[in-house]
Amino acid sequence: MKKRNLVLMSAMLILTLVAMWGCGNSEPKQQITVFNYGMYIDPAILDQFTAETGIEVLYEEAVTPEELYSKYSSGAIQYDVVCSSEYIIMKLMEDQELQPIDFTQFENIENISDECWAFCATFDEENQYALPYFYGTVGLLYNTEMVSEPPTSWDVLFNGEYAGEIIMQNSMRDSFMIALRYLGYSCNTTNPDELAAARDLLIAQKPDVQAYLVDEARDEMVAENAAIAVVYSGDGILACEYNENLAYVVPEEGSNLWIDCWGISQSCDNPEAVYTFLNYLCCREDIALQNFEYVYYPTPNTAVVAALDEETTSNTALFPPLGSLTNCEVYQLMDEETTALMNEYWKAVKAE
Amino acid sequence: MKRKYIALPYIIWMTAFIVLPLLFVAYYAFTTSDGAFTFSNVFAIFDSIHIKATLLSLELSLACTVICLLLAYPLALVLRKLDLNNKGFMIVILILPMWMNSILRILALQMILSRNGILNLIFSWFGLGPFEMINTPGAIIFGMVYDFLPYMILPIYNAVMDIDQDLLDAASDLGASKATKLFRVLIPLSKPGIISGITMVFIPSLTSFVIPDVLGGGKIQLLGNVIEQEFITSMNWHLGSGLSFALMIFVVIGLIFSQKQETKDRESRVW
Repeated sequence: MKKRNLVLMSAMLILTLVAMWGCGNSEPKQQITVFNYGMYIDPAILDQFTAETGIEVLYEEAVTPEELYSKYSSGAIQYDVVCSSEYIIMKLMEDQELQPIDFTQFENIENISDECWAFCATFDEENQYALPYFYGTVGLLYNTEMVSEPPTSWDVLFNGEYAGEIIMQNSMRDSFMIALRYLGYSCNTTNPDELAAARDLLIAQKPDVQAYLVDEARDEMVAENAAIAVVYSGDGILACEYNENLAYVVPEEGSNLWIDCWGISQSCDNPEAVYTFLNYLCCREDIALQNFEYVYYPTPNTAVVAALDEETTSNTALFPPLGSLTNCEVYQLMDEETTALMNEYWKAVKAE
Repeated sequence: MKRKYIALPYIIWMTAFIVLPLLFVAYYAFTTSDGAFTFSNVFAIFDSIHIKATLLSLELSLACTVICLLLAYPLALVLRKLDLNNKGFMIVILILPMWMNSILRILALQMILSRNGILNLIFSWFGLGPFEMINTPGAIIFGMVYDFLPYMILPIYNAVMDIDQDLLDAASDLGASKATKLFRVLIPLSKPGIISGITMVFIPSLTSFVIPDVLGGGKIQLLGNVIEQEFITSMNWHLGSGLSFALMIFVVIGLIFSQKQETKDRESRVW
């Protein structure tokens, strides 16, 4: 009996000591859970951030906006801060999943450009919920050696000239956007006839399409497996760096102008830590520059843009002047009926 | 009494990862987003788009199963004749690819089959091609066969190895030809292994969605891809579950069919 007591007591003593040692050594650990797209942050920044602030970052990734939303809304993980496309941010706002952000607490908030704030205000009227991260367009990446002349229109995807040489985005929204813009409709249309016309166009196009890809589209173009691909501007510019035969263009019919933003989840109970993180990542000049050089999408951070050389900033493919893209549209949140219809139509396209 | 506790971990495992998920699927399959009861999600399998995807899935997985069987059976017979050392070596070679992640292997196949890929490069040395191999149904079947072949070989190999040599010798003594021995002795006696192999190849190929996505370039839509799209892109978990449920019914029918074929002899089945 006595022996057992002794063992128990010493065990308790050790446990207490361990617990106290943990306390004395550091403050209670701060932790935030961050949710972002893949390859969309310089991973070194996360370690630097933890080293500098002591806040631990749990990092989660998704591939497509839709996947990100499914994963977020399944509720299996409590995310504190999430980065997504504007239409997913809108959806999260509508679901009352986001909490207002007090931007006055951000040390370097003045670095974010007015243009981007205005851009965000198209869906976040008071600029309360969304902090712009990167923005860009959807356009055509083409191989100058494989096309007869540089394309300026979505027409090259539909006129049959490049049959078997076309890579489309394996994304419902982007594919329909292209077809709708080509037909002269808004990419935010809710008109079933216009959507049906877009579907028929995509079905008619399908035999000419080599593949529907997402991130691989860029690699396929670099490997010269196709002549033309639909890509996001960041991918397009990166591909141009790898293969000098490639070029990126936003077609004249107009396209989608997108902006990815950070929002803070309603369930986040440590907004201060998240504020520190977002200010560090997006607003602080040196880190935002480091991140820009990794991600290579246009950044809303004016201090970063000012620090870049003339050649980079004058690259209109990389920095589309926001004012000049008047025929580009921001995606709006689709109502449920339209989503269901578009989904049905997209399946019909893929089933052909 | 005590024996029951040994089963406890398995019961917890099965409840958490098999029974509960299946109940979730069933719940979503038979409800609408308002929570009302419905059959429409399951019967949605009869929509023309879904029927098309189902038929294509059946077609490709049948082709994959037949090819696997035709490749695996002769191989098993050859292995039977090999001496013991070589046998072990051959089996290791056959299982070796399974030590690598299947998605990585499929991505590697994509590189090999693509237009400027390795295979077309080799063809070009002989002045042939380039051939369009990637993004075709053929590429998908090839990927499936590559991925699932070991699941066909192993049960058939086990079954063929179990056959007593005396039976074959007796058949020879009684004047049976090679063909007769194959069709009247070997194949009937290895039937459990064949059925097990067919099941283990047919079901995963019927439900696969990664292989068609990667090797089909997103152009060829199987039922697995439809279900994935319902869950991931359109967030219609009810329809996705309904279609999964319908697919499970197919699988169960297949299992019942194969169960009936079960012989009372020595078991060579893997599952």
